[in-house]
Amino acid sequence: MSEMTLQYAPTEESVATSYLDEGHTVLSWLLTTDHKRIAILYALSITAFFFIGGVAIGLVRLELISPTGWFMTSDEYNRAFTIHGIIMVWFFLVPSIPATMGNFVLPMMIGAPDVAFPRLNLLSWYLYLIGASFTVYVLLSGGVDTGWTFYPPFSSTYSHSSVVPAAIGVFVVGFSSIATGVNFMATVHLLRAPGMTWFRLPLFAWSMYVVSMVMVLATPVLAMSLLLICAERLFGLPIFDASVGGDPVLFQHLFWFYSHPAVYIMILPAMGVVSEVFACFARRRVFGYAFMVYALLTIGVVGFMVWGHHMFVAGQSPLANLIFSFLSFIVAVPSAIKVFNWTATLYRGQIGFEAPMLYALGFLGLFTIGGLTGLFLASVPIDIAATDSYFVVAHFHTIMVGGTVSAFMAGIHYWWPKVTGRRYHEFAAQLAAIAMFLGFNLTFIPQFIMGWLGMPRRYHFYPDVFQIWHVLSSGGAAMLAVAYLMPLGYLGWSLFNGDRAGDNPWGATGLEWQTPSPPPKRNFLRPPQVTSAPYQYHDIGRAREEVEQAPVEGRGDAR
Amino acid sequence: MTDLSGALQEPWPDLRLQREAVGLGMWFFLASEVLFFAALFCSYAIYRSFNAEAFRIAAAHTKIVYGSINMVLLLTSSLTMTVALRAATIQLRRLTLLSLGATAALGVAFLVTKGLEYYADINENLVPGPGFPLKPAATAIFWGLYWIMTGVHALHLTAGIGVVIAVMTLFWRGTIPVQGSTMEGVAIYWHFVDTVWIFLYPLIYLAGRS
Repeated sequence: MSEMTLQYAPTEESVATSYLDEGHTVLSWLLTTDHKRIAILYALSITAFFFIGGVAIGLVRLELISPTGWFMTSDEYNRAFTIHGIIMVWFFLVPSIPATMGNFVLPMMIGAPDVAFPRLNLLSWYLYLIGASFTVYVLLSGGVDTGWTFYPPFSSTYSHSSVVPAAIGVFVVGFSSIATGVNFMATVHLLRAPGMTWFRLPLFAWSMYVVSMVMVLATPVLAMSLLLICAERLFGLPIFDASVGGDPVLFQHLFWFYSHPAVYIMILPAMGVVSEVFACFARRRVFGYAFMVYALLTIGVVGFMVWGHHMFVAGQSPLANLIFSFLSFIVAVPSAIKVFNWTATLYRGQIGFEAPMLYALGFLGLFTIGGLTGLFLASVPIDIAATDSYFVVAHFHTIMVGGTVSAFMAGIHYWWPKVTGRRYHEFAAQLAAIAMFLGFNLTFIPQFIMGWLGMPRRYHFYPDVFQIWHVLSSGGAAMLAVAYLMPLGYLGWSLFNGDRAGDNPWGATGLEWQTPSPPPKRNFLRPPQVTSAPYQYHDIGRAREEVEQAPVEGRGDAR
Repeated sequence: MTDLSGALQEPWPDLRLQREAVGLGMWFFLASEVLFFAALFCSYAIYRSFNAEAFRIAAAHTKIVYGSINMVLLLTSSLTMTVALRAATIQLRRLTLLSLGATAALGVAFLVTKGLEYYADINENLVPGPGFPLKPAATAIFWGLYWIMTGVHALHLTAGIGVVIAVMTLFWRGTIPVQGSTMEGVAIYWHFVDTVWIFLYPLIYLAGRS
């Protein structure tokens, strides 16, 4: 796309009105097209769903304390873990970082006044709400019991629960992520500020670009696979019906063609967030910037070619298994490059252990564990033994929850002063970060162990030998619950009582820090000019230490 | 030249860039749509390779006359849409409105023809389920795919007609001055729906007639 100069509405310095003061009515929020306000709307909605999904799994973990169950029927148990999966995957993890921090920060990072299509952006939030209301209907109508994967023939023929409303909810929310993806891609292509070349984009912006690509190309396939399930269930069109020659495994192919890339939809933004945080809190340039970009792109592309590793035992040909296994190992290479580069970024850095950094370090450890156990499962013989065991459950939770939620929290804390203009209570946040890391490991390390010993996933009753692991895991879950609730308290408190943050409390580089906190409606007071590569921390050093005395005018990319 | 500033949307500085953005955004969305239909085409290909004979038998019962009429209608509508885009670009208000009207009318004619075809299909009981007349069993998969593929296509066309009528109304009332930036995305989308039909036609109507 051509280089061009954007004309900003405020061409010279003007008095800043923060985006929060551009109207205080409910309608001014519900009809806003400001990307920052939409980000807030998204953040509130996904937080609500995070806790609904959390309550569902809390009940499951309570129930699993006893080997024979104690307060749920098996039917209720199936519905509880299904709604947990559906809500957490589609109503929290997929939109989590892109729809909140992506929406808020991405346009500011590239020096744009808004996203490319502001009204489409608002529409995407309403699509999310429509999908969400179907899911709430599912909850109220007694739930769905297919597991989040909707496999036929159970989902298409035998289940007696609200499969169709659940599928419609996921279908609709899928279009909300497609809308976000289209918007972000057009934004990055056309709205970069003068001087913001592709290889000066911060890694978070790159991760948003790549994740948008994956959203746009993967989500429609999920939509179609769910449409086919609905057609079969509602109208008896026998697409996956084996009795007339249909193939249930075809559904699994279509489903995982989306749902494996969906894991990258969750983890790529997390990688973007921690890249920003590591550089800022180690006061170092990100090591191997170009390779970080290539790694993001490679993960995005190769991630489309590994879906078959979910079906090693589903009757795929041995050749297909071999190919998918090989490609799954390949995707570990760029992931490893990223881990090594983050580590190298920390090396000889002036590391500060503020909460965002603690969360990001937690991400680094958990992502490594999750990634390495993924290699176990990429190997066909080991996967055949571990399929559908708690080992798999623990593996993907370590990536999706340990990785993504840690990074989500890192980002929330990192950009909190920018979003709200307030400081949160640092010590409380550090405690929450540590509690989350410990609670997470206490929850899932026992699951790795019992999975390896043979505990199958989704079972309601289990042999007594596994009880100790289940009890430990449930204890960890309780700790995690506390760690997740804590930020609600101290972040909520900081909204009203937190110290004023100043424009750039972390002494961070990046355009989003070169503007008031909270930012004005059109983000910048003067048109940003970019003259250097991102992450120029070597020049600044540990400027944060003087922040207390004199607020540092952030010296970053814009001079 | 009329004043075109009414067509400019946030956050764009000028219409040229806005038009580029609309076009680019629509292409990204169409990439998504291609994958949406790809899941169907892929299922069709797999099942046809598994059940070649059943698909031949089943496809012979499709109504090729209706299908061919629809092919003509839709290709013609792409012509009128192109005229509308070109006319809007050089701000010929009346020609734009006329061509948009013709496009919408051709789209509606397609849907009517499709409805007549569905009526004939239902009269022959060509809906998978009890009383489905064809053998072997896998013919039901072809007809299942037939209903879904043509149904999803018809929904896309309906959405297209809705957007065309909406743009017409905006131009008619002068809410937005007639120019190309608003039309760009509509036109690209319309041609896409048209192109899907070009792929559907041989798969549905020609597969059983060799």
